[in-house]
Amino acid sequence: MKFITIDKKDWANGIEKSRGIYQLFGPVKDKNEFFIKHLEKDTLPAMEYDNSVMSAKSIIFPQTEKMLTATLDESQEDHHIMKKIETDDTPRAVIGIRPYDAKAMKLLKLNFDTDDYRDPYWCDAYEATTFVGLGINKPGPFDFSTSTGTGPFCDDGLDVLLADLDDKYLAKVLTDKGAAFVGACGFDTVADEKESLALFDILRKEAEKNIASHIETDKLKEKTVLELHEAPFWDDLSFSCINCGTCTYVCPTCWCFDIQDEVKQKESVRLRIWDTCMSPLFTRHATGHNPRASKTQRVRQRFMHKLKYFLDKYDQGIMCVGCGRCVKSCPVNIDIREVCNIMNSYEKQA
Amino acid sequence: MENPYLPYPVRIDDIEIATEDKSLKTFKFVFLNKEDEEKFSYQAGQFAELSIPGVGEIPIGIASSPVEKGFVKFTVFRTGVVTSHLHNMKVGDIMGIRGPLGNWYPWDKLENKNVVIIGGGFAFTTLRSSIIYMLDPANRNKFKNIDVVYGARSPGMLLYREELFEWEKREDINMHITVDGTDDPNWKYHTGFVPTIVEQNAPKADEDTYAIICGPPIMIKFTQPALTQLGYKEHQIIMSLENRMKCGIGMCGRCNIGKELVCKDGPVFTLEQINQTPKEY
Amino acid sequence: MDSYTTKIRELSARLLKDEKVDFIIGFKQGTIPMAASPHIARTPEQAEQFIWDNNCRLNLANYLTDRKEKIGIIAKGCDSRNIVTHIIENKIKREQIHIIGVPCQGMIDKTKTSSLFDEEITEYSETDDSITLKTLSGEKNIPKNEVLNSNCTTCTHRNPVIYDELVADLVEEQIIDDLFPDVRRIEEMTADEKWNHFEDLLKNCIRCYACRNACPLCYCPTCFVDESGPQWVGKGQDTTDVRTFHYLRAYHCAGRCTDCGACVEACPMDINVRDFTRKLNKDSLEIYGWEAGLDETNRPPLDVYSPEDPNDFIK
Repeated sequence: MKFITIDKKDWANGIEKSRGIYQLFGPVKDKNEFFIKHLEKDTLPAMEYDNSVMSAKSIIFPQTEKMLTATLDESQEDHHIMKKIETDDTPRAVIGIRPYDAKAMKLLKLNFDTDDYRDPYWCDAYEATTFVGLGINKPGPFDFSTSTGTGPFCDDGLDVLLADLDDKYLAKVLTDKGAAFVGACGFDTVADEKESLALFDILRKEAEKNIASHIETDKLKEKTVLELHEAPFWDDLSFSCINCGTCTYVCPTCWCFDIQDEVKQKESVRLRIWDTCMSPLFTRHATGHNPRASKTQRVRQRFMHKLKYFLDKYDQGIMCVGCGRCVKSCPVNIDIREVCNIMNSYEKQA
Repeated sequence: MENPYLPYPVRIDDIEIATEDKSLKTFKFVFLNKEDEEKFSYQAGQFAELSIPGVGEIPIGIASSPVEKGFVKFTVFRTGVVTSHLHNMKVGDIMGIRGPLGNWYPWDKLENKNVVIIGGGFAFTTLRSSIIYMLDPANRNKFKNIDVVYGARSPGMLLYREELFEWEKREDINMHITVDGTDDPNWKYHTGFVPTIVEQNAPKADEDTYAIICGPPIMIKFTQPALTQLGYKEHQIIMSLENRMKCGIGMCGRCNIGKELVCKDGPVFTLEQINQTPKEY
Repeated sequence: MDSYTTKIRELSARLLKDEKVDFIIGFKQGTIPMAASPHIARTPEQAEQFIWDNNCRLNLANYLTDRKEKIGIIAKGCDSRNIVTHIIENKIKREQIHIIGVPCQGMIDKTKTSSLFDEEITEYSETDDSITLKTLSGEKNIPKNEVLNSNCTTCTHRNPVIYDELVADLVEEQIIDDLFPDVRRIEEMTADEKWNHFEDLLKNCIRCYACRNACPLCYCPTCFVDESGPQWVGKGQDTTDVRTFHYLRAYHCAGRCTDCGACVEACPMDINVRDFTRKLNKDSLEIYGWEAGLDETNRPPLDVYSPEDPNDFIK
């Protein structure tokens, strides 16, 4: 494994050099919050950020995305025949992504790249992207990533993992894509492998010691779907929920989407837009029948999906990476950590 | 792999009004590109997304049978934005079809078995596909007895009436056609709700008999106990479910019941599988 | 605010014990600093979780809509005005609710407090007139009035306008000379400046509808953005669609909004959606002399017609 030392004095130049080949994305400060956005020329990623309000999933999976177009003009020969739009799959790099966001991408991939179907929009964007992660030296109070199978220095899903060492970065190059990016920046000071591995280990242990928030997930697998589904705690737990889409939209592992057709004069476009299982319309049939007509059913669905259905279906842990965004942003403070612990410890009364 | 969101272009070749109140129409589509028809090879029980550019898509069960070549047929109920638009379209109009999607009735498991088909109202579409498949000379001797119970509100609401009456005359299939009620004095067949007719006419269960049910939730609710009475076990009752869908390929996440996605792990499930999931459909 | 908490718990426990109500809606301590989470108490034991502090920014009247039970509700000034509006609009009956009124001393603005630090706040505590905030690296003690919620600085109805009992003595209402300085600032902008102001305001909107769902006034069975036959508004990020949602929603609140700030509290992107509704509140006051929700017997001006209605603004 290769390790590269990057003096922070060389950082800006290196990033600008890579712009020749990559479209760059990274954390950007906007008013008082950070967002993962496209980096305009001469804008560097804000590596000092703690967490972004929205996850990095919008780099691969934008909130509004065109998929197909068709002309409705009947004088054209190909009228009403849908075509895939041109997508831009030139290389991109996300710099400063947190390890939990990169792990989340791998969980999203389970949905968009299956044996039977491959979503070209998501998959092509994912394959064009190099993930340059930044380890979290001081995890924030909402970070419970070590309970979910990732952690502040986990390299799962990353192409490069950077450790911030005050005056320099130590880069752990994990894949060929990562090596290509580091090369494009011109960062070539190789660090000693053994020392670097040891240093990363120390940093990881320090950071994980600072994780103040934990959840219990060990008993979720052994419970049956129906016993959790029919448990009595859902009514009062869902009382305060206002069924907005905040939790689903800030979450890095939520993927539900809607498909809408929009028409402007004679051009039609088929869009994919984020959707939320919290919306009453989500499961409403055209006849008006709605299997999840009540708020309790919808709140229960979200947590059952994240903490049980996904776990049973893919056997890769829960559908949560512990980033804490939903905990911070939920308007009514419904806390997935609390819900998980309630579900995990629930024993059905005989 | 192909782009699963891209529909095959089709032309409307024929439109038939399927019921007396005109709320259902049967559309016959022909693929614009011959090779798309081969790519669309399907099994009885599957569905497809009918795709109208600028309007939207709807998941509809395939009513034509795999043994019918050169076209595909769908019977569509007018109820919302896309179905209303479709009902106003004309022969010759161009639109798209995505599919075939979903799983199909377990034809391999049903070989050498007696099959009881129970349908109600507009849900008979994939059952038509199944019956024509089974009655085809190449397939008929793969199956033992075939019984069909199909009911609608009135004679004019039965789908595929001419074909039903033709099948009724055949020796190799037992048809039990019923209506909820009628003032037609010439009505030759049963009168009564589907669950009652099932109770009275369906064969008793044994190891070699399977029932396929497709119908509105209320019909299924009352037919299930009738089948259980006749001895059908949970794994012998096969159901085709419906749910709101968008992508049809198991990615948009909205059609789930528990961890099963109706568009991909279904729409065909056994009662045994359904009883292990929350009833959110 | 400890005395408020004690009193709320006492009054709630008694109400539930005497079975006067089916349940009571209030706030409980959130799981993260500076959060108060709406809580439903069906038993005196559950009522022990009720709290009251400077973080009770949400509007609990939102949870009353179309309910059929007998409900106890903890309501501060603005909340109580929304309850009045609910009664006028037939969303709840007066006989159904038992209002535990809270003479409010203002809520604090969590965007103002978080902007004082580079890291997350890990602990919050308060006294009557100051708050203490801790992070991993330090702490600050700040006078409450420096970080008061914007709507609380111009509030003239801190006392509940309708109640069955109070948790404390009524507080003195503020006399505010200038109720709408923020609105006038925008009114005085040029057309281009106004356009840029509102474009900048909405650029981060993610159409989560937290603002709409947290608002007690927004209770349409199918919101206009969710209609499909015909579809009025697109659901994506097209700027025209985002603007349409916000502008139209504000107009639906005209003459009914009490400036409770629940919309801003709910928004995960910290968008000050009150910039829309405040202008309509100002117009309501100046054109019709109307403030929402003060009196059960008076219908809002956009609800009624009178020949004496002013119409000099119609050009």
